[in-house]
Amino acid sequence: FSRPDRPLGPYDTDEKVTSYQQATTYNNFYEFGTDKSDPARLARSLRPRPWTVRIDGEVRKPQTIDIDTLQSWFPLEDRIYRMRCVEGWSMVMPWLGFPLAGLIRRLEPTGKAKYVQFTALLDPKQFPGQKQQVLQWPYVEGLRLDEALHPLSFMAVGLHGRTLPGQNGAPLRLVVPWKYGFKNIKSIVRITLTEKQPQTTWALAAPQEYGFYANVNPAVPHPRWSQATERRIGELGRRKTLPFNGYADEVAGLYRGMDLRKNF
Amino acid sequence: MTRPAPATPARRPPARLGWLVPAVTVGGLLPVAVLILDALSGALGANPIQRATLQTGLLTLALLILSLACTPLRLLTGWTWPARIRKTLGLLGFGYAALHFLIYLFDHSFDLTLMTEDVLKRPFVTAGFTALLLLVPLALTSTPRAVKRLGFQRWTRLHQLSYVAVSLGALHYYWGVKKDHTPPLIYAAVIATLFLIRFLKRRPARPGTRAAKT
Repeated sequence: FSRPDRPLGPYDTDEKVTSYQQATTYNNFYEFGTDKSDPARLARSLRPRPWTVRIDGEVRKPQTIDIDTLQSWFPLEDRIYRMRCVEGWSMVMPWLGFPLAGLIRRLEPTGKAKYVQFTALLDPKQFPGQKQQVLQWPYVEGLRLDEALHPLSFMAVGLHGRTLPGQNGAPLRLVVPWKYGFKNIKSIVRITLTEKQPQTTWALAAPQEYGFYANVNPAVPHPRWSQATERRIGELGRRKTLPFNGYADEVAGLYRGMDLRKNF
Repeated sequence: MTRPAPATPARRPPARLGWLVPAVTVGGLLPVAVLILDALSGALGANPIQRATLQTGLLTLALLILSLACTPLRLLTGWTWPARIRKTLGLLGFGYAALHFLIYLFDHSFDLTLMTEDVLKRPFVTAGFTALLLLVPLALTSTPRAVKRLGFQRWTRLHQLSYVAVSLGALHYYWGVKKDHTPPLIYAAVIATLFLIRFLKRRPARPGTRAAKT
């Protein structure tokens, strides 16, 4: 299926890309509802333009930027990444966007900045799922600064060569391919550099099941299911899950000396 | 002290409701046909195995609940027909539980080591698996011959396991859900209501007893 017409980059996987149809109809995006078909059905209620992103916290240049201005700062790149959901399924996604590191450097973090906190849109009119307190809204995610600066960390604005659809997190979402999918916060309206580790949504909702790090790890089972295998969407069988979702060579060094069973 | 036994082969059902059991059987099997057609046409979505697992699980719970609703319904209304479809509904529920388990096994490449690990280590799977095991003797003793062989009292005692099985099924659903617990809680509330009706309807003294006391 449609693969960007270019040689593969150093971070691209050569695996078969998940179809646009499947990638846009099977989504976890509780702001629209808890069923995986809810986002595609209700995504029209989200208005991705006009859209601004507030940048604040430990940065020398706090500001509120229009999404189109922000996008124009960087040349858009393709990245074909594996995406592994904590529920045991995976996809191969051809994203379009820019590395997060470029954005963060441009904002000039102060010496106190240790973490990056992302906040998604809070608006029950656009996100009907927020009328129920299934999770604590708005959705919040975060990365350690060195994770955020890693060249794999990516801000996506497009998918399959098109503008990012609402159900996939329009107009701006995070993509951290070595972590479980719930880290990839969608429809971001605020980026805050912080000194303290952010309180992230799923870690607050079920701390014994979802940690701050959420690195893909076949050796650490979820309390209710094994993480040793996964189903690639479009296939019937299961395949083995790889440490750090197959990106261990690139990112394992970030966690040297850490007990990944504790910091799951 | 014994209440009238539910329909046994000795009391022939009136002919005018002879369509009831066949209708329930066909209706109860329709979802299998829909599931197969959906699977063939791709209507089960991007993750058909997961969808089929969820649907057969929900059908199991729904049919077991309907089966357990027959007696409370008879107690409340005095109708006798619910008793006649109770067994069919229960067997259909067992059938869906078995199908649910088969799909689970397929999903784990029929690897019994993985299954054992799941059953022993994950309470969510333990609950579901135990519920299925409890249903096996009930399905095996669902024939009129088995009722006779066991004697009605013992047969009734044995079949009270269905309360345990359906409760474990609801718990399995509750523990299996990632975050939105409303649907499993609705199932649990229905089950609790059915238990309550049985309990309340069983306690009050029957006219004869009250007369004896005063």
